[in-house]
Amino acid sequence: MEKKRLDFITILLYLAIVLFGWFNIYAAVFDESHAAILDFGRQHGKQLIWMGLAAFSALVVTLVEPKIFSNTAYIIYGVVLLLLVVVLLIGQTTNGGQSWINFGAFKFQPSEFAKFGTALAISKFMSAIDLDFKNLRTKIYAFTIILIPAALILLQHDTGSALVFASFVFPFFREGLSGMVLLLGLVAIVLFVLALLINKYLLIGIVLVICIAYLFIWLNRRTIQEYLRVIIFFASCTLFIFSVNFVFNNVLESHQRDRIYVLLGKVDDPKGTGYNVDQAKIAIGSGGFMGKGWTKGTITKADFVPEQETDFIFCTVGEEWGFVGSAALICLYIGLLVRLVFLAERQRSTFARFYGYSVASILFMHVLINIGMVLGLAPVIGIPLPFFSYGGSSLLAFTILLFIFLRQDADRNALL
Amino acid sequence: MSNQFKNRAFTIQLIFMIVGVLFIIRLAVLQIFNNDYKERAERQALRNITQYPARGLIYDRNGDLLVHNEAVYDLMVIPKLAKDMDSVYFCKMIGIEMSDFTERMEKARKYSRFTSSIFMKQISMQDYARWQNRLYKFPGFYISQRSLRVYDKPIAAHVLGYVGEVNEKDLEENQYYQRGDYIGRSGLELSYEEMLRGVKGCKVMQVDVHNRQIGSYQNGAFDSIATEGANLYTTIDSELQAFCERLMGNKRGCIVAIEPATGEVLTLVSAPCYDPNMLVGRVRGENYANLAKDIRKPLFNRALQAKYPPGSIFKVAQAATALQLGAISPGTGFMCDKSKVGCHNHPSAGSVQSAIMHSCNPYFYFSYRRVIQQGKYKNIYKDSQYGLTVWDQYMSRFGFGKRLPIDLPNVNKGNIPDTAFYNRWYGENKWAFGTIYSNSIGQGEVEVIPLQMANLACIVANRGYYFTPHVVRYYGKDSTRNEEFYTRHETGIESRYFDVCARGMHDVVYGEGGTGHKAQVPGITICGKTGTAQNYGIDHSVFICFAPMDNPKIAVAVYVENAGPGGTWAAPIAGLVVEKYIKGEVRAEQARLYQQSNPCQRLPLTRVSKKKPTKKKTKTTAAAPAPATE
Repeated sequence: MEKKRLDFITILLYLAIVLFGWFNIYAAVFDESHAAILDFGRQHGKQLIWMGLAAFSALVVTLVEPKIFSNTAYIIYGVVLLLLVVVLLIGQTTNGGQSWINFGAFKFQPSEFAKFGTALAISKFMSAIDLDFKNLRTKIYAFTIILIPAALILLQHDTGSALVFASFVFPFFREGLSGMVLLLGLVAIVLFVLALLINKYLLIGIVLVICIAYLFIWLNRRTIQEYLRVIIFFASCTLFIFSVNFVFNNVLESHQRDRIYVLLGKVDDPKGTGYNVDQAKIAIGSGGFMGKGWTKGTITKADFVPEQETDFIFCTVGEEWGFVGSAALICLYIGLLVRLVFLAERQRSTFARFYGYSVASILFMHVLINIGMVLGLAPVIGIPLPFFSYGGSSLLAFTILLFIFLRQDADRNALL
Repeated sequence: MSNQFKNRAFTIQLIFMIVGVLFIIRLAVLQIFNNDYKERAERQALRNITQYPARGLIYDRNGDLLVHNEAVYDLMVIPKLAKDMDSVYFCKMIGIEMSDFTERMEKARKYSRFTSSIFMKQISMQDYARWQNRLYKFPGFYISQRSLRVYDKPIAAHVLGYVGEVNEKDLEENQYYQRGDYIGRSGLELSYEEMLRGVKGCKVMQVDVHNRQIGSYQNGAFDSIATEGANLYTTIDSELQAFCERLMGNKRGCIVAIEPATGEVLTLVSAPCYDPNMLVGRVRGENYANLAKDIRKPLFNRALQAKYPPGSIFKVAQAATALQLGAISPGTGFMCDKSKVGCHNHPSAGSVQSAIMHSCNPYFYFSYRRVIQQGKYKNIYKDSQYGLTVWDQYMSRFGFGKRLPIDLPNVNKGNIPDTAFYNRWYGENKWAFGTIYSNSIGQGEVEVIPLQMANLACIVANRGYYFTPHVVRYYGKDSTRNEEFYTRHETGIESRYFDVCARGMHDVVYGEGGTGHKAQVPGITICGKTGTAQNYGIDHSVFICFAPMDNPKIAVAVYVENAGPGGTWAAPIAGLVVEKYIKGEVRAEQARLYQQSNPCQRLPLTRVSKKKPTKKKTKTTAAAPAPATE
C-alpha cells in the first residue's frame, strides 16, 4: 500500500514491444552494406536515439508530481490545439498529409501529441465532482473536447489519426454511456459495408424484416415506446443507407474510395491501389509458420512493400517471424490492453480511471486499424503501430501517454 | 457512479480479446493454410541466374586448336542511372550519331529503366580497351563480357558447323534450352551438341522491387555449378584440310580423305567453302543471308549430301562383287562390244585387272549381266529380280545406298535401286537386266555420296572391310569414344578378289593406257580409279585412290563437278592430296604445273602456312564476302 511502484507487468510488455519493434525496423531497412547497429544515418540507428529520448521522457514523467497532469490538463490541451492550428498554417506535407512541423533537422508531428492532450483534458472534464453525465449539455461539452482536435487533424488530411479519436467511446461507455452506442456503431459499420456491396432496397427490406421480427418474435413487451423506438431505428437506418452513397462519393476522397473498394474486393488492382495490401499479404503469407528468420525476408529486404518500416512494419514480423512471431506480437498487444483496463479499474480517482481507459482505447484503435489494414481486414489508413513502427513523434507521444498513466497508477493510493 | 458500471470493464476487455483472436485466425489463414503467397513471394523476389559453362574446344588430329571461345564485350546501359552526361562526347567516343544514341536509349528505356540492356553489341577488344578508362564519366554504362565461338583456322566450315541462338522449336522440343541460349546448328557443333554445351548451372539471386539483384539467396544454398563442355579431339588433319580447300578453290565438288585402317576422316572438303568465322557474332546474319543466296550453294555440304552418279569408280565394286559371286573369274575376258554401251578405243580386256585399267564399259556390262541373270529362274523378270536382290546385298555391304553413320549430321543415303524401286518405277515383271544395265558402270539409278566413294577406296585398300568413317576420335576429360567406330564392317568378299581390283587400280595410274596417270607421285605407289560421270552438263570428274598400294595410309575420293574426264582434274588433285599427306609437302614443279593448268588458282600451293592464324578474327570475317576460302 505504501509502496509507490510503476506497474511492472505493463513496463515489461512495453519494453518487449519496443525492442521487438526495433529489431524489425532494423530488418526492414536491412542492407548488408549498412549492417552496423549504431548507424545513425539509417532508420534503425535513428530509432535508437528516439528510444533513448522516450526513456528519458518516461523518466521525467515518473519523477514529476502526478497531480501536475490533472492540474495542467487544459493548458496542455490548449497548447496541443495551438500546435494543430500552427501545423495547418506552416506544416510540411508528407505523403499527402500536412502534419509535420520542422525544427531544423528535427521533424515533429503534433497530431501524435494531440491524443494524450485530449485524453488529459477529457479525463479532467469527466472527473469534475459535480458532473452529471446524463445531462445532454455535459455530453455535448465532452464530445466537443474530442471533436475539436479530431476536426483539426482531419483538416490535415490525416484520416487515420482523426479516426483514433473515436476510441473515446470506450471510456465513455465505461462511465455510463449507453451500450446502445457501441451497438449502433457496429450496426452503422455493417450497414455501410452492406450498402456498398448490395442493392440499397434489398438492404432496406432486410432491415425491415429484422425490425418486424424483433417486434413480434423476440419482444414480449410491446409498448408504444418500443414501437416508436423500432420505427425510429428503421427510419434512421433507411436514411443512413441512402446517405452512404452520398458520403462515399462526395465526402470521401478518391483514394479512400479506392481503398475501401479494394478491401471489399470490388476492385482487383494489385498493381495500383491494391498494391500495398497485396504485397503485404504476400510478405506475411510467405512467412509461413516459423517465418524466414530475422533479416532473411525476401520481400522485406527487396522493398516490395512501401512504408515497410513505418505503417507496414507488421509485414516484416509476418515474413521473418512467421505465424509464431506475429501471433506472439498480437498477444503482447492484447495483454498490454487488458492489463491497462485492469489497472484503470483499480484507480480511485475518476481522472486516473478515465485517463487509463483512454490510453487503452487509443492504443487499441491503433492496433485495430494498423494490423487490420496490413492483414487486409480494414482499408488502408496510414497510422503507426504503437511503440513498434519507426517514427520519433509516435514513439515519444505513446511513451508519454502510457507513462503518465503508470505514474497515476503508482500514486493511486495517495489522498484524493 | 464509479462502480455502477464496473462489469463494463470486462466487456471492454472481451472486445479487445475478440479482436486479437480474429487477427490470429486471419494470420493462420494467410500463413498456414494458404500456400499461394509463398509461391508468389518466390516468383517476385527470386531470380534464377543461369551460369553458362564454357563450350567445349575442338582439336585436330595433331592437337592443333580448331575452335575455341573468345570473350566479346557488350556495352550495357541502365537507363535510370544514365543521366547528367555529356552525350555529345559519349557519341564521339563510341562513334555513333546523336540520333542513333537517342534511339538506342529509348529502346533500352522501353525495356526497363532499372535493369541493364545491351546498348551496343559485341564491341571489339580494342574499343573495349579504349573506352574502359573513360567510361567512369558515364554512370549507368558498363561493359559486360560474353563468350563467342572462334574458329582458329579459316577451314573445315562444313565439318565444324556453326552455332546459333535457339528458336521457338528448340525451346519446345528440349527443356534444357532457354531463350538466348546457343545451340549447334550444323557440323560437329550440332552432332556433338550435348557434349560440347556442358551443363548449365543456376544461381538463385534475390531481386528488389525494381528488379535489381541484391544478393545471393540463402548464401547459394540452392545454386548449382555449371559443368564445362567436353573437348572434341577430331581426326581432321588441319594442314591437309587447308591444302585441300585451296586445291578446290574456284571449283565445285569435294575431297574426302580417310585413313583406311581406322576409318578416321582426315579431310572433308566441300567446295565452295567459306570461313567458319563468317557465321559468328555480329556479322553472322548478313553473311548467312549472302551464303544462303549464293547460287554455288556454299552452305550445302556436298561431301555428305550431294548424290552423284559415281561413274566408272563404281566398276571396282562391281568387279569385286562379280568375282565373289563367281560370275566371272580374274581371268575372264569380254569383247569390247560397243553395241550396248559406248566405250573408248582400247584393246579388249582379257582379265578383270585389265578391264579396270581400261575402264571398259562393255566388260562390266557383261559381268553385270551375269550377276543379274544368274539363270535361277526361267522367267527373265524373276531371274533379274533375284539377281538384283543379291547384288543389293553386296552394294549395301560396301556402304552404298544406306546412311553411313558418320558423326556428322545430314548425311545422305545415296541410292542403290532395289526390286521394290524398279517395281514401283516400271511395275512388277516389267523390267529385267536390259532395263537396268546402266548401274554396272555407275550411271543410271545409282547415286553415291562422296563419303561413300572414299569409303569404297578404303574397302579396296583394306582388301575387303571398312570402319565407319568418323571425325571425332574421342571427347571429354575421360576420352569417351564411340565403339561403333571401332567395329569392323566386312563386305563378305574375299580379299584375293580385292587384290585383283587393287592391281587393276594400280594399272589405272601406272599401266600403259591407264586413265589416271596424272595422279602419279614419285616414291609412292598409288592405286586409283577414274570416273567420268555423265550428267546434264559437262561430265563430272571423279577419282578415288588409296596409297601406298601395300599397307595403305590414305584413301581419297575427289569429285569435281562439270570438269570433264576423271583423269584430267580429279586424278591430279588426288595425287597432290596423297603426296601432301604422306610426304608432308608437294613437289614444287608439280604444284607449278598444276597451277599453270589452273589459271583460276591464284595462291601458291607449295607452302601451307604453319603459323597460327593472326589475331584479326572479327574484322576479317566481316571483310570476306566471297565464300571461297583463300
